[in-house]
Amino acid sequence: MWKWLHPYAKGEATYRLLGLWQPWLTGLALAFVSVGLVWGLFYAPPDYQQGDSYRIIFIHVPSAMFSMGAYTGMAIAALIALVWQIRTAEWAIAAIAPVGATLTFVALFTGAVWGKPMWGTWWEWDARLTSQLILLFLYIGVLALYYAFNDARTGAKAAAILALVGVINVPIIHFSVYWWNSLHQGATITKFEKPSMPPEMLIPLLISIAGFLFLTAALITQRLRNEILKQELHRPWAMAKLGVEANDGV
Amino acid sequence: MAFDSWQEVIWMGGYGFYVWLAFGISILAIAILVVHGLLTRKKLAQLAVKKQQQQQRIARRKQQERHRSMVTNDSTS
Repeated sequence: MWKWLHPYAKGEATYRLLGLWQPWLTGLALAFVSVGLVWGLFYAPPDYQQGDSYRIIFIHVPSAMFSMGAYTGMAIAALIALVWQIRTAEWAIAAIAPVGATLTFVALFTGAVWGKPMWGTWWEWDARLTSQLILLFLYIGVLALYYAFNDARTGAKAAAILALVGVINVPIIHFSVYWWNSLHQGATITKFEKPSMPPEMLIPLLISIAGFLFLTAALITQRLRNEILKQELHRPWAMAKLGVEANDGV
Repeated sequence: MAFDSWQEVIWMGGYGFYVWLAFGISILAIAILVVHGLLTRKKLAQLAVKKQQQQQRIARRKQQERHRSMVTNDSTS
């Protein structure tokens, strides 16, 4: 397996592999997200308690899920970067952080806009909300550290350490609604229990979740490819990919 | 369809402002991310063109120098 994995430590092989995935991921993301959101917005029945305001769930839950999923992925990349010193893994940190930060912002924003009519407040310093806000700060911190040093590798190492330490926040977010008294409701979908949602709402939600998975992957792919090109711009293959013939002076 | 008319879709049972604000800002945020990625790629392409021109300039100068030294070598021999 190591022999097979080894080429992907090099920028060019990873760039090419990601290039094969990108159109599929983008297409699947567009298809699933639009079907999920249109179904959720227009065709799913209103909630018996929350009326039509609950439709925010079709963005809120998927974005929150993958804000944590992306962080976990970033922490794994950080571990690989620190232990095996693989540069592609370092670049993955820089590619995942902005995507994760955007998803976290979307989860927080949709949560606030949902909270106003349902709880009567945009914001509450409660365990779930606060830990999710910390996630946003962690993403911003990782990005700031990554770009804070003149030497890119030092920056990547510092960012990797923060990303790895911060992963403790992910289970805290997940279990916050059980560990503390929270305004936030518990999980709608769990692996072990019957979902607390009728299928007319659950199916579009699951479609939207799948769509956000593809969307997250597509966005990370786009940014990782950019990061690889940026770091390998001095190499002829990267120049060729950007549409110019590299001239080494020979 | 859970609604009878477009007005009802916009009204969202009185929650229209919140639902559409949530959807609008979310889509906007993700769109900004996508556009930023596309712009980064465009900037990289411009940088690559600049780099190529620089390399060509260096190559040309090297060639001129080689040529000149060849000429001077000829005249001295």
